[in-house]
Amino acid sequence: KMASGQQWVLVEMVQAFYEAPAYHLILEGILILWIVRLLFSKTYKLQERSDLTDKEKEELIEEWQPEPLVPQVSKDHPSLKYDVVSGPPSHKIIVNGKECINFASFNFLGLLDNERVKVCALASLQKYGVGTCGPRGFYGTFDVHLELEERLAKFMRTEEAIIYSYGFATIASAIPAYSKRGDIVFVDEAACFSIQKGLQASRSVIKYFKHNDMEDLERLLKEQEVEDQKNPRKARVTRRFIVVEGLYINTADVCPLPELVNLKYKYKVRIFLEESMSFGVLGEHGRGVTEHFDVNIDDIDLISANMENAVASIGGFCCGRSFVIDHQRLSGQGYCFSASLPPMLAAAAIEALNIMENDPDIFTILREKCRHVHKSLQGIPGLKVVGEPFAPALHLQLERSSGSRETDMKMLPQHLLVCFQCLDRQIAVTQARYLDKEEKFLPSPSIRVVVTIEQTEVEIEKAANCIREAALAILK
Amino acid sequence: MTESSSSKLLNGGARHRPANGAKAARNGSVKSRCLFQQQKYLRPRGKNNHVARNGGMYKKPFVEYFEETPLLVAVLTYMGYGILTIFGYLRDFLRDWKIEKCHVAREREEQKDFVPLYQDFENFYTRNLYMRIRDNWNRPICSVPGAKMDLVERVTHDYNWTFEHTGKVIKDVINMGSYNYLGFAENTGACAAAAAEATQRYGAGVNSTRREMGNLDKHEELEVLVARFLGVEASMAFGMGFATNSMNIPALTGKGCLILSDELNHASLVLGARLSGSAIRVFKHNNMQSLEKLLRDAIVHGQPRTHRPWKKILILVEGIYSMEGSIVRLPEVIALKKKYKAYLYLDEAHSIGALGPGGKGVVDYFGLDPRDVDIMMGTFTKSFGAAGGYIGGKKELVDYLRTHSHSAVYATSMSPPVAQQIIASMKCIMGEDGTNLGRERLQQLSENTTYFRRRLHEMGFIIYGNEDSPVVPMMLYMPAKIGAFGREMLKRNIGTVVVGFPATPIIESRARFCISAAHTREMLDTALTAISEVGDLLQLKYSRQKTPSLEEDAYLESQD
Repeated sequence: KMASGQQWVLVEMVQAFYEAPAYHLILEGILILWIVRLLFSKTYKLQERSDLTDKEKEELIEEWQPEPLVPQVSKDHPSLKYDVVSGPPSHKIIVNGKECINFASFNFLGLLDNERVKVCALASLQKYGVGTCGPRGFYGTFDVHLELEERLAKFMRTEEAIIYSYGFATIASAIPAYSKRGDIVFVDEAACFSIQKGLQASRSVIKYFKHNDMEDLERLLKEQEVEDQKNPRKARVTRRFIVVEGLYINTADVCPLPELVNLKYKYKVRIFLEESMSFGVLGEHGRGVTEHFDVNIDDIDLISANMENAVASIGGFCCGRSFVIDHQRLSGQGYCFSASLPPMLAAAAIEALNIMENDPDIFTILREKCRHVHKSLQGIPGLKVVGEPFAPALHLQLERSSGSRETDMKMLPQHLLVCFQCLDRQIAVTQARYLDKEEKFLPSPSIRVVVTIEQTEVEIEKAANCIREAALAILK
Repeated sequence: MTESSSSKLLNGGARHRPANGAKAARNGSVKSRCLFQQQKYLRPRGKNNHVARNGGMYKKPFVEYFEETPLLVAVLTYMGYGILTIFGYLRDFLRDWKIEKCHVAREREEQKDFVPLYQDFENFYTRNLYMRIRDNWNRPICSVPGAKMDLVERVTHDYNWTFEHTGKVIKDVINMGSYNYLGFAENTGACAAAAAEATQRYGAGVNSTRREMGNLDKHEELEVLVARFLGVEASMAFGMGFATNSMNIPALTGKGCLILSDELNHASLVLGARLSGSAIRVFKHNNMQSLEKLLRDAIVHGQPRTHRPWKKILILVEGIYSMEGSIVRLPEVIALKKKYKAYLYLDEAHSIGALGPGGKGVVDYFGLDPRDVDIMMGTFTKSFGAAGGYIGGKKELVDYLRTHSHSAVYATSMSPPVAQQIIASMKCIMGEDGTNLGRERLQQLSENTTYFRRRLHEMGFIIYGNEDSPVVPMMLYMPAKIGAFGREMLKRNIGTVVVGFPATPIIESRARFCISAAHTREMLDTALTAISEVGDLLQLKYSRQKTPSLEEDAYLESQD
């Protein structure tokens, strides 16, 4: 029976207990005690083990010496002293007291000192004052802002446009409005700093492809496709974006947009296009790189550009379909949380658009000037021209890049000297400036040469000669 | 960021919702040698007002009100959100089945098979709550944003999905919304004239960065003046206030540094801190015990995992918090920062020009030495009626920023007419224009603030913040009252700002008034009468504090 069987087992156990050797019992007893101890002891925690007394804490606090808030900047740091421009930074510019011809400001269409623009800005100032005293949400939306947004959308032939009060903040706010943690962004290595900051703020996964290398991009996209097949559930909610510039500010060349659009549909990736350098420059009507390549603008998910270059005002805008753009009105940080653009600057931008619409010839003139400058800068000993012949902001780099950045960097002062010499001869050019430690892929040092429609042929020749002579003298 | 788009809704100040805030709250355990002897930890929304705990540090009483939310109101508010959410789901259901017309913009046909750009739930709040009362925001104005403004009249035929401008203008709306503290939003007068001249001479833009070819004499003039105004060694000006924070904090701290940030700090500070790559810890709003606990722990325990000491600790605070109306407890923050050798970054976006006998912000208000604040940051958007921001401090700091600020190297510099407006208005405040106008404005702002706050309080509204703060939040609590209040006020020709979740905690929706020196007593009285009327209509007079009747009499007399 069950009961008797159980009893028998018990008896046997008691018996075994008596028969077992003493050392065995002692060992088991110790083990049991050990288990009990483990059960009741406190959980092991690293922080609490070093329980400090108040006195010790006090000593630690006393001892701690922080680094200085900022490191000392040496007095002769190359970027401490800025060149001072007295008066307007227009075609004729006074730099450090010397009157020069301006080959440095991004005033491509010469609209900065355009009388019409000034008159409109003034009229707006007399109506609205200067500041807006509020963000767009809280009585900071002016009728001028709405008009400018409408005009930009019309100009670009998109459904909607949204304006920001600061060019840099435009793409830097737009990217994190869409791309969130876990999303994937494919971005060109030469992308400008504001794109880099936008990517950083988005906390997405960032994959860099070699500059303008579509094969490299496709390789990354394929890799991602394989990855997606492994985890289709995750892939269904992972947004993907390609972020490129129309005309790269760092390299002055243009992105291969038609191929990008092909890749977009092939791999179902959205394209964000930053057009600060190409808006108001490329294309028959200045609509930028989409017009340049004759790409349907609706194939680009978002276009962003600033109004600080060709438009010669302040601020930036994004445009595209309402489905995309409208989202920024609540999610674009630089839009929601910043005071809106001063109305007079919006008015100046509207008038600039008027001029661009009334007179599309200026874009042709600009392109001719660009070609001219590009041609005249060829063959300077020691320097090579980097950039497309139609790019309005070119780079002059060392001809034989030593391959090592360090050696190139040593040449920086020489670049500066070239700039100084040009200044002496009344040509204002400037070195392209970067924050060396902050850039993801630091562009090679270069001298920036900016083309505007106000530069005459004589002036362009003069500038080219001036740079040539300076390069001869310094770079040998 | 997993926060939905709606989480930034109804703009205003985004905050950190502290992950470790809960930890910070349990801070009763710090003992003995803390700078501030512990009293029982006061919940920020605890009792009616906290008068200064460290009274000795303050030259004048520091009074802030945060009257507790009445329980019934809290329950009703949650119910309100509950009902709205249920209806939201219902309508989403109807839209899904095409019973209700859907106004939301749609994805292109060609891209239907792409990964959706937005998660559906992301926009739930936008679609179903915000849309209903959207007419209270982004109201277009077509005049100077001064004490009175003109609004573009707009109507909607589809419940706020689209607006149509009627072509009419709503004239002379009393402006209680713009940050026009000193009334420098003007289109006439000395400042406007100076700005006009600068436009004529320089044009609107600059077309280059400070570092390349955009460093104008105007900018240098401005920076010298700002430094003198603040009483610091040097300063640097930037083209956008938001970017002043987000593009300069990363230059100051980096990996291995710790940022201690107030939970209600503005989005720009949060972004800047995040971009810097430093560790971020959040302390309870204006709560010095919480801050001290974090400071002690940080120094004692060092960096997580490696236990190396932090390279440096930076405290981020604002002068006036734009959604709370509270003023930072600066004397205590400075004492803490000195004791623990931390650095202090003070964002005076709302306080510069608006506080202090000389309009020099919160440092001036408390009578402190500006040299005790390591980084003085502020904006020109508000009190100066311009745009942009500045950072002031020691010469080393500014030199470092000149070489390392993202803004100086990559962003177009400030528009010359804007710079001129700042120069002119700042000189006016300093009395350097040879008039007494600046001083009068400061005086007027201070009087207006005291008057307006006291009257609202007497009427029985719950208002938040410091008694000297020109930002006056008035509690509405319930979501339906947000829209109703904004609309009823506009009917009475008064423009106010209303804010709700997520700019505020979910049950603490509020209206916000910004007092200006340009407001006349008559305008304020008109506004107050209207507020009282709407308050009765919507039952907004929640306060259960007794009002001193003597003072009321005094004001009644002064009204005559």
